[in-house]
Amino acid sequence: MSAVGVVAPLVRRKPPARVRRKRMLVAIANHSVLIAAAIAFLAPFAFITLTALMTNNQALSSNLWPHPFAWHNFIDVFTKAPLWRWTLNTMEYSFAATLGVVLSSVPVAYALARIRWRGRTVAFMVVLVALMLPPQVTVVPLYVMWAKFHPFGFNFIGTLWPVIIPNWFGDAFSIFLLRQFFLTIPEEYMDAARVDGCGELRILTTVVARLAKPAIAAVALFSFLYTFNDFFLPLLYTGESAHHWVLSIGLSEFRSLHQVQWNLTMAATLLVMAPVIVLFFLAQRAFVEGVTLTGVKG
Amino acid sequence: MLLLMAPWLVGFSVFFGYPLVMSAYLSLNHYDLLSPPRWVGLANYRYLFSVDPQTWTAVKNTLWLIVVLVPLQVLSAFGLAIMLARARQGVGIFRTIFYLPALAPPVAATLGFVFILNPATGPVNTILGHLGISGPLWFQDPHWSKPSLVLLGIWGVGNTMIIFLAAVLDVPRTLYESAQLDGAGPLQRLRYVTLPSISPVILFAVVLGVIQGLQYFTQAYVAAGVAAGQASQAADVTAVSLGYPLDSTLFYPVLLYQHGFTDFQMGYASAMAMFLLVVSFAVTLVIVLNSRRWVHEGAR
Repeated sequence: MSAVGVVAPLVRRKPPARVRRKRMLVAIANHSVLIAAAIAFLAPFAFITLTALMTNNQALSSNLWPHPFAWHNFIDVFTKAPLWRWTLNTMEYSFAATLGVVLSSVPVAYALARIRWRGRTVAFMVVLVALMLPPQVTVVPLYVMWAKFHPFGFNFIGTLWPVIIPNWFGDAFSIFLLRQFFLTIPEEYMDAARVDGCGELRILTTVVARLAKPAIAAVALFSFLYTFNDFFLPLLYTGESAHHWVLSIGLSEFRSLHQVQWNLTMAATLLVMAPVIVLFFLAQRAFVEGVTLTGVKG
Repeated sequence: MLLLMAPWLVGFSVFFGYPLVMSAYLSLNHYDLLSPPRWVGLANYRYLFSVDPQTWTAVKNTLWLIVVLVPLQVLSAFGLAIMLARARQGVGIFRTIFYLPALAPPVAATLGFVFILNPATGPVNTILGHLGISGPLWFQDPHWSKPSLVLLGIWGVGNTMIIFLAAVLDVPRTLYESAQLDGAGPLQRLRYVTLPSISPVILFAVVLGVIQGLQYFTQAYVAAGVAAGQASQAADVTAVSLGYPLDSTLFYPVLLYQHGFTDFQMGYASAMAMFLLVVSFAVTLVIVLNSRRWVHEGAR
């Protein structure tokens, strides 16, 4: 954004009043539309928050403003539903999967971006295809595979492991994103390290990993978000075993657990949104840079 | 090199290649997970395309969603990005406001929308009522359930908007200046400078939108479940709620889920998966090949 404003005017005469008035009007119109859009985008958050603060009777009426404010809803939610259990399960899934995605995708992306070998182009195409295909395409046989696989009598269906384990074997989106970033690192860095006698693995862990910190951070962030929001796969494998529900499943079942209590449902909804939004404000730059990286370089 | 590629090679074969082959095999069998697969040839496909009435409902719903939602998302993201690029003040705040909904977890966002749009006491219909308009039944009405999902989709357009904004701000200023010198007005500059310059990003958004449309599940599943529960007041209605109301939110992935994981017809669900595979492959291919005509190659 800063690049737009830095064209320093030399000695420039003021434009005539007519032009200035017209520019002013355009700017006002532009801002009015922006403000209207902003209100529309914020309204759902406002309604959710207001309802989360209502008593049950108010939430069932058509009142828009809570009176009195029922702050205890946010405490009641924890006693009415195993929110802590769901949070712990979500954390288990998110952290285990994110760690796996980063550790397994970085080397693959490096091999695809920076090492010359036969079949590299083909391998990259295959990654792209894997990226394009909906997960529903492979989900049936995968479910069958986990259902029939009982090492030492351990039953995978009903646990989060079938959702976590594949993340430790490279994730197509992360590989793609990291590869695009690795391509922008000047070859000289790697050559210098090679001249100094570094092997590829050493180059990766020292030179590349350090230079690619922002991309790795973006991949970790996206993976965390993806797993935190994931619904389909946890539903398949843990839908029947409430003890292993993650937040997204628990939240979707919350209403059927508590009938029509909209106020508590909205309080729970807000609590599930909160971590992601807090994370956003803590790491705003990484977010915006990461999202931009996915689009512009693609 | 082999060492570096090893995790992906294993992962790809076990979690992608093998299931793909198995899917093709299972699609030719009757399989319920309990008894061993029984060979039925092409019967699953025949039933899928010529007998099962739900297939076409699901295909039509999915097409409807893609044809309506993807262009609207691209348009609104583009509009917001253009306005943000021109704004002089408060760009950071506006950008944050438009981006935040995209962050809301899909289940939470859907729940929020089902509440806000609930016909009896929801804020939207309450406000419409004050204005003298009797609002629709939204998620309870088969004609309004998909438009309600579209509203939800537009609310979450922030990711695309950020990408568009970056692309718009990346257009060299000199291009606008020379267009202006040639006498191009604001609309012409938008049409002949901005659009061609960011066309690759638009293509990216369209491809992504179509792919996401083909795997649209969470929002439909949650909205149908909650709305059905609200209507019947019963405790557990998940089993009958898929596609509620009247199969209007029965999208292809929802139907696949129903056949595979509530009815456990693994063979039939595999046949559905194979069809989805062919379609997503073809769609992506068509969009990317045709893009040459309208994506400005020199842009990037």
